[in-house]
Amino acid sequence: MSEARPGGPLLSVQNLKVHFPVRSGLMLRQTGKVKAVDGVALEIGEGETVGLVGESGCGKSTLAKAVVRLLKPNEGTVTFGGTEITALAPRVLRPFRREMQMIFQDPVESLNPRQSVRQIIEEPLVIHREGDAGARRRRVDELLERVGLPPNSGEKFAFEFSGGQRQRIGIARAIALNPRFIVCDEPVSALDVSVQSQIINLLLELQSEMGISYLFIAHDLAVVQHISDQVAVMYLGKIVELASAEAIYQRPCHAYTKALLSAIPEADPAAERERILLEGDVPSPINPPAGSAFGHRISHPRYEETIGMDLSLVEIESGHWVARDPCCLSEEDWKKVQ
Amino acid sequence: MRKENPDKTAVRHNIYEEHDSERKGLLTVRGLVSAFDTERGLLRAVDGVSFSVDRGKTLGIVGESGCGKSVTAMSLISLLPRPAGRVLEGEVLFKGEDLQQVPEKRLHGIRGGEIGTIFQEPMTALNPVHRIGRQVSEVFRLHKQMDKKEAWEAAIEALRMTRIPSPEIRVGDYPHQLSGGMRQRVVIAMALACQPDLLIADEPTTALDVTVQAQILDLIQGLQAEMGMATILITHDLGVIAENCDEVVVMYAGRVVERAPVVELFANPLHAYTRGLLNSIPRLSLPPKTELNTIPGMVAALSEMASGCRFCQRMERESSLGDERPEFREISPGHWVEECPECYGGEAHEAA
Repeated sequence: MSEARPGGPLLSVQNLKVHFPVRSGLMLRQTGKVKAVDGVALEIGEGETVGLVGESGCGKSTLAKAVVRLLKPNEGTVTFGGTEITALAPRVLRPFRREMQMIFQDPVESLNPRQSVRQIIEEPLVIHREGDAGARRRRVDELLERVGLPPNSGEKFAFEFSGGQRQRIGIARAIALNPRFIVCDEPVSALDVSVQSQIINLLLELQSEMGISYLFIAHDLAVVQHISDQVAVMYLGKIVELASAEAIYQRPCHAYTKALLSAIPEADPAAERERILLEGDVPSPINPPAGSAFGHRISHPRYEETIGMDLSLVEIESGHWVARDPCCLSEEDWKKVQ
Repeated sequence: MRKENPDKTAVRHNIYEEHDSERKGLLTVRGLVSAFDTERGLLRAVDGVSFSVDRGKTLGIVGESGCGKSVTAMSLISLLPRPAGRVLEGEVLFKGEDLQQVPEKRLHGIRGGEIGTIFQEPMTALNPVHRIGRQVSEVFRLHKQMDKKEAWEAAIEALRMTRIPSPEIRVGDYPHQLSGGMRQRVVIAMALACQPDLLIADEPTTALDVTVQAQILDLIQGLQAEMGMATILITHDLGVIAENCDEVVVMYAGRVVERAPVVELFANPLHAYTRGLLNSIPRLSLPPKTELNTIPGMVAALSEMASGCRFCQRMERESSLGDERPEFREISPGHWVEECPECYGGEAHEAA
């Protein structure tokens, strides 16, 4: 296993593109493509959490799958621990698989109903030929205890557990091989608040104990802000703003980030806030607007200017990146990035 | 107002008596008990719930999954899955009529007419093989006895009211052609078609993105103000409650543990469960990566519910009331709490 260069990021994504063909007609000719992920760059350091937020359909989950190579990207590179894994053959990729795990949103569908909890958690150990049966048994017991499940859980089936406990089973499976990186795809979205906070605490504990890095996807921005070091805001296949969790919340620059933040209902009836209501839904990634996608949605007067313009990220303040887009920046910020 | 023998009701629900003595709400629910017949016997999913809603106001019902929020909503309009589910006790007074006693035919007029409903998943609320125009116009044909053509026109207007762009074209679409937010607008158009007095919205925005959630809640609030209808908003999201409700009912394990005007509830939560819920939300103001407060334990299975304080059961502590159900009492004007000494009381408060 190659080690990361000291100081370098654990995971580095450059110009990643994932396009899906759209086929129609009798001969199923390709008539277009869905640009689910369209030129994304991202870095995640050791023990760091990067939060990824955006509306449904913006490409969050596709990006996550491409990062752990469950999908093969069309363009761009994914570098893990210093090795480029974008085009590795399955056999060569296997040692990397044990270091990259995933936790899913729906703990019902992501756990095999015919397997006992022990079999579910043991499976990665079996696949990667870890220890003998006795050692694996002990390891599963250890994992059950670590994620806070009762000791006799191994012999039960997933359906016998509540949503929060099922998510713990998924977490036990993900950490079985001591991975360095876990993609958490909406792990708490389906849970009640009191259970949600238990799972968030567990993820934070595991991170500080084992030094795991997370790519944490969620649509609840308060959750993302709580768990993340860096937050990336994604809109229609592109990252439009990337900054430290604090900066995103205290000084959002992109109009879309501002709108997302203002849409979170705050649990304080006395709070007076201005809400930016977005009209309509996320535009279709099949035929995205030629210019600024968000400028198009809000019918910004400067939209025409952005057609053909380079809208890539610029560093507006140290460590704070935002799309260089006249439709989405305040005048002051726009001057700064000129 | 009451049709039933008052003495009988008084015996059954004496602890709720002071509740609505001075309130003449649009809807008054008193001592509602709903249960399901299962292999493990009769399980009480809702165990003596009382509240009332005034005209033009929004009542929020909040609690975790399985606490009986949705069963309460279904019970109000007798929509519990039969034959397993039924209302065992209690009354639901809507404009003076007990909905538990009225004939089925009258209920048909009330559902969709005087009481509109919105449920969580807009895809299952719509029939996938009919155009949305047909589904919305059905409401007008049933309740307003319009003919096909009139009803179709009315459907277009109803869709326009929910701000669906170009409704005259959209009316011919099938549900799968619409996005989640648009589908929920169609469901809202159906629910509000007959200008109901009461709207029951059960997790209307849970399946939607925050941005679309904000649009939908804004729309419901706007239409509510326009029509002067009352709303029961059921959600597990305390943020949604804080921003949309006038009064809040907090449910735990089939019972109401606290009820108060919204500002009062958030400023001065009294029951340990309400406090636990409020404390466990991650807030933007909290320092990142710190441990969040949690409520330990889990909700007991319905078949194992204690007859005494159920939150004490979760916290694995003895309630000093033993097996006796804590009294639900008004502590300050409009602020009611289940008075278990461990969950609410001097000691519990000092500890918190």
